Amino acid sequence: MNDAATKTVKVRYFASFREHAGISEELLTTTANTARELFDATRDRHGSAEPAGHCKVAVNDDMATWDAPIRDGDTVLLFPPVAGG
Amino acid sequence: MVQVVTAPIDPAALAEKLKDPRAGGYASFEGWVRNENEGREVLQLEYETHEPLVIKEGERIIAEAKERWPLIGAEFVHRSGLLELGACAVWVGVAAKHRDEAFLACRYLIDDLKQRLPIWKKEHYVDGDSGWVNCERCAQHGEAGRLQR
Repeated sequence: MNDAATKTVKVRYFASFREHAGISEELLTTTANTARELFDATRDRHGSAEPAGHCKVAVNDDMATWDAPIRDGDTVLLFPPVAGG
Repeated sequence: MVQVVTAPIDPAALAEKLKDPRAGGYASFEGWVRNENEGREVLQLEYETHEPLVIKEGERIIAEAKERWPLIGAEFVHRSGLLELGACAVWVGVAAKHRDEAFLACRYLIDDLKQRLPIWKKEHYVDGDSGWVNCERCAQHGEAGRLQR
């Protein structure tokens, strides 16, 4: 499979992202190669303006970087700015 | 050990579990629900967590602290769900041979758990409004007193 191939990924939204999107998860067909590209695609889709720099991402329940590769069948968790404590 | 709980946190019971004859010092931190934030009166706090990653990444933070300092025990517990004013939202406890490493590791744990774990806080205000806390500002606050890395 080449890099530009479409893939299907499950995207999960948390906290403000979930409220903004109006859903907690969805299956997306995408050509995104990295977590950042996928995040940008969801921002376009749901009209969110949150910059990636303040947010975090996990792929298949492991914390990841925005450069992490996205593969067919992955579950990508999008985390808005965290505020524990 | 890292725990996410919905029932009230009992710091005394948690401290008891850290007791060890080798430990000469114990340092803890409790975060409480405050009645005000950014000039707005707060009625309640609601915490959302993604528990599997709070546990996994939380254990990683504890492992890092144990690499830095010779600790005998280190644990933390975070609440999830709706909390009333004054409730303990987070407890961090560290037992060590001496106080220096207990204090330092306790500070390390609370600073990193606030900035790294998938936990979100929604404030419910007295005026009926509500809003998610953006921790960019708390991160800056924390940075001022943060340990030298």
